[in-house]
Amino acid sequence: MLKEMLSLLEKNARIEVTDLAALLNTDEKTVNEQIRECEEKHIIAGYHTIINWDNTNTEIVKAMIAVSSTPERDQGYDHIAEIIASYPEVASLYLVSGRTEFMLIINAATMREIADFVAHRLAPIEGVRTTETMFILKEYKVMGELMNKGKDKPGRLLMTL
Amino acid sequence: MMIFDELINKQVREMAPSGIRKFFDIASTKKGVISLGVGEPDFITPYHIREAAMYAIKCGKTFYTANVGLLELRKEICNYYLRRFNLSYNPVGECMITVGGSEAIDIVLRALINEGDEVILPTPSYVAYAPIVELSKGKVVEVTMREENGFKLQREELQKAISPKTKAIIINFPSNPTGGIMEYDDYLQLADLIKENNILVISDEIYAELTYDKKHVSIANIPELKENTIIINGFSKAYSMTGYRIGYILAAEPLVRMFNKIHQYTIMCACTSSQFAAIAAAKNGDKDIEEMYLSFKQRRNYIVKELNRIGLKTHLPEGAFYVFPSIKSTNMTSNQFCEELLEKENLALVPGSAFGKDGEGYVRISYAYSLAEIKQAITRLERFLASL
Repeated sequence: MLKEMLSLLEKNARIEVTDLAALLNTDEKTVNEQIRECEEKHIIAGYHTIINWDNTNTEIVKAMIAVSSTPERDQGYDHIAEIIASYPEVASLYLVSGRTEFMLIINAATMREIADFVAHRLAPIEGVRTTETMFILKEYKVMGELMNKGKDKPGRLLMTL
Repeated sequence: MMIFDELINKQVREMAPSGIRKFFDIASTKKGVISLGVGEPDFITPYHIREAAMYAIKCGKTFYTANVGLLELRKEICNYYLRRFNLSYNPVGECMITVGGSEAIDIVLRALINEGDEVILPTPSYVAYAPIVELSKGKVVEVTMREENGFKLQREELQKAISPKTKAIIINFPSNPTGGIMEYDDYLQLADLIKENNILVISDEIYAELTYDKKHVSIANIPELKENTIIINGFSKAYSMTGYRIGYILAAEPLVRMFNKIHQYTIMCACTSSQFAAIAAAKNGDKDIEEMYLSFKQRRNYIVKELNRIGLKTHLPEGAFYVFPSIKSTNMTSNQFCEELLEKENLALVPGSAFGKDGEGYVRISYAYSLAEIKQAITRLERFLASL
């Protein structure tokens, strides 16, 4: 049941506890307890809202940056990751397999800001060897949500047997 | 003016129109109607399945297939039945592809029934069985399945219905409209009756994949009943492929040969591109089934809880995507109830009486709708009940 509850919350952080309880065939008390426990254990690490900024008047720029780095003695990649993650403009940071070590996603107000981030905040970190910045041109799907909904759903008949 | 009535086959002329026709007509003309009346899943067919149909068309695979359907599809279906339900059928001889489960119901009944043969039909039941039995000049013998028994078929009821003229019984578990299921032990209780009386079992298992918290059991899983059983199934409900119209029959070779006789003259073969889509579904669609299953199960939990909260006594069905709450507390017939509900609250449900006289006092509610739609419907239903 825990996995099912987490999947539902992952899809919709604002789902009502009463709805969760009904969908999972349990009671609200149990759901509340489980959520609290998950928050305490940091299984639920946070709640976020997916915003399609394109539909607002606010411009924002997002980029993915591939970072290659040298592991440090004793620490591996964790120390360097901690430094990168400490910058608030870094939205997500992953250690990945492949040609580079890290992949990060950054949100900023302008391209200039991202360029500055790379030049002045990211590149100088000891151990960072190269960076490759990929500006996000268009978002199609974020965290399981399609960014452009509202296309006609194929219609079903009103009643069938 | 020609008098067409006289020219129409008597059986067809007397056939009652489906019990939802009237509601469909009213609902279609009204604005703002919410319907929980649909008997098909609300997912769009998974893309890899749609792609397989498109690819077949692109490649020009647009000719007739063998009457019984593509061998590759039959092989995949037999693999699927073995993998998921532990039943072994030979793709050559014991499996044929039909135009939806609907065609399978039609040709099986026509192939079996002689005038006057009796066909036992546990009710409330899916609406197509009885008219087709009657069209084949068979006689429907209804057997009641009761709410207090979880809408299961009981041995005593079956026993009472059997006569020397009994040819077959049609079962449909998980059930449309009740959502009831039968388990291994439930079937075991019927085994000797079926065996001793030499009855064929037409087992419509179209909702098999929507069996909640339990594994679907076919009556053919009882070894001595396998040869008596004609399995009808299809791709519509498990993979949300209703519009493709692909169903199939699994049965003993001598039976399939007879079914195919009718099929070859009336249908030739099921739609070729749909057959290719079905191959993709059977081969790589297990994950699609799991996702839809979980979503249906959650919505079932939700709607049952809500219906009980607003005062409609509803048992937790173990299959399909319907609930079948009793409306007896309102002292209305199911027809009245649905008519007034549609009139006052713009909410369309299917009256239980559409599924046979044993459905009277109930309504069928489909939960193949988004949670938002279900919520809105519950609000309307609650307001309606309060107004009575």
